[in-house]
Amino acid sequence: MQSGDLSIALPEIILSLFAMGGLLVGAYGGKDKLASLMLWVTAAVLVALAAWIGFQGAGTATVFNGMFTDDAFARFAKVTVLLSAAAVLLMSESYMIKRDLLRFEYPLLIALASVGMMVMVSASDLIALYMGLELQSLALYVVASLRRDSVKSTEAGLKYFVLGALSSGLLLYGASLVYGFSGTTEFAGIIQAAQGETPVGMLIGLSFVIAGLAFKVSAAPFHMWTPDVYEGAPTPITAFFATAPKMAAMGLFARVVHDAFGGVIGDWQQIVAALAVASMFLGAVAAIGQRNIKRLMAYSSIAHMGFALMGLASGTAQGVESMLIYMAIYVTMNIGTFAFILSMEKDGSPVLTIDALSLYSKRDPAKALAVLVLMFSLAGVPPMVGFFGKYSVLLAAVDGGLAWLAILGVTASVIGAFYYLRIVFIMYFGADESELDKGGSGILWGFLMASAAAMVFGVFNLFGIEGPAAAAAAALAG
Amino acid sequence: MIGLEHYLIVAATLFVIGIFGIFLNRKNIIILLMSIELMLLAVNINLVAFSAYLGDLTGQVFTLFVLTVAAAEAAIGLAILVCFFRNRGTIDVEDVNVMKG
Repeated sequence: MQSGDLSIALPEIILSLFAMGGLLVGAYGGKDKLASLMLWVTAAVLVALAAWIGFQGAGTATVFNGMFTDDAFARFAKVTVLLSAAAVLLMSESYMIKRDLLRFEYPLLIALASVGMMVMVSASDLIALYMGLELQSLALYVVASLRRDSVKSTEAGLKYFVLGALSSGLLLYGASLVYGFSGTTEFAGIIQAAQGETPVGMLIGLSFVIAGLAFKVSAAPFHMWTPDVYEGAPTPITAFFATAPKMAAMGLFARVVHDAFGGVIGDWQQIVAALAVASMFLGAVAAIGQRNIKRLMAYSSIAHMGFALMGLASGTAQGVESMLIYMAIYVTMNIGTFAFILSMEKDGSPVLTIDALSLYSKRDPAKALAVLVLMFSLAGVPPMVGFFGKYSVLLAAVDGGLAWLAILGVTASVIGAFYYLRIVFIMYFGADESELDKGGSGILWGFLMASAAAMVFGVFNLFGIEGPAAAAAAALAG
Repeated sequence: MIGLEHYLIVAATLFVIGIFGIFLNRKNIIILLMSIELMLLAVNINLVAFSAYLGDLTGQVFTLFVLTVAAAEAAIGLAILVCFFRNRGTIDVEDVNVMKG
């Protein structure tokens, strides 16, 4: 049994051993001279693990006395997390070298955060959930303040730390109540205790756990850290925050509400639906006044989390499937968008106001066209892939009997389209010609074009992600 | 006779004091760190009380994990705070305001 146990968690074990070994090699073998090499090796390890997890697994296995589950849902989320983390690592190299930020700890912290995220989406016990969440969060607090001589970056790290610790506290308090009223920390035991008429203490615990998780996915009204952290952190870190941790936190959210509280769907459905409505509208309205593109993307991600939560709120397997599809599309779009933001430079220093993009179409028509595709996709304009993501969550909400939620979602999406389309307007019909540098790193160009192409050519079959997403949803809520 | 509910009331009180410490404190970031610690310790009281009440050891194991993680969290929080102080020269909560909007 022992060896069988370990082999299920082998990807996590390999990645954590790699990160610890990498720290030793870095500390004793040349420090930041190795940083570039370390970054490429880490990205390669992440991609290799993603390929391994994606092609190896079948079925469901629960190990460590029910603490750790490997099923189709965990595999889908892990592949998305690992691939997006690798993509962000590759995108950040040139930016970080230029600003003398590339330290060997950076790729290793990303690797440790990825281990935390993998544990999160595989957790089937409150203790495993907490450990995974903290491993991810502690690594993220540090990378947020990676530029340690900048006021903005350290302030972002400090704000993220205080509010992140607060959310961990809320989640833990909820976990302690759930433990007390169900008598076990295992999800398999909690779902048996939480059936039909649940004790009030359990419901209070559930609310606290959901509040803590909502902090981590930055759903309104628990979003207040997001814009500041997105703005203050170095741009590659912001790109990371916007992709992998969001997927992992949504995966954890889905796992908790279905695996542990699948018997009391009516109790959490209303909370999740309220979070979804608040996030969609806040994200759509508050982004309108933003001129800084990183803050704008922060509000955009809040709105997108609202849509993903809408899929979850339907409480069905179809809802989980649509949430996974939505998150995979969201992550792809954000990688492309941040590849563009990373390449926005004037005389070699980064520019982040959207006004600097005016008439960018004349300066660099190919990149402007790619950004146009991504903005249309983020806004959910057909025929881009982003539309199909929105369509699937709306359909899940209607089929789950939440037509009112779907109507509010469409309204919010129309309001939100304004600021995406404004960026396109500025790029194509702005007043004076943009002075942004041309060209830039080939890797960024490649990611931008690949992401934009995926948003156009994915309309045929979404690159086949529907099948794995359906299998994942069946493993969780089926 | 001191029963489960007394422990739960103490824990809930400490937890609420911790939350209010975070939101009402306008002075010093160190006080924020103390409030966070207070919240986590309130959770520990909860867990140990439930564990003793249920006669189940899992809660006490959970407490050990929470204590360990809380120590790591405090270390990272203080490290970030030191960096912030070097850049800004102050640790007043009101001065954590470079970004707004």
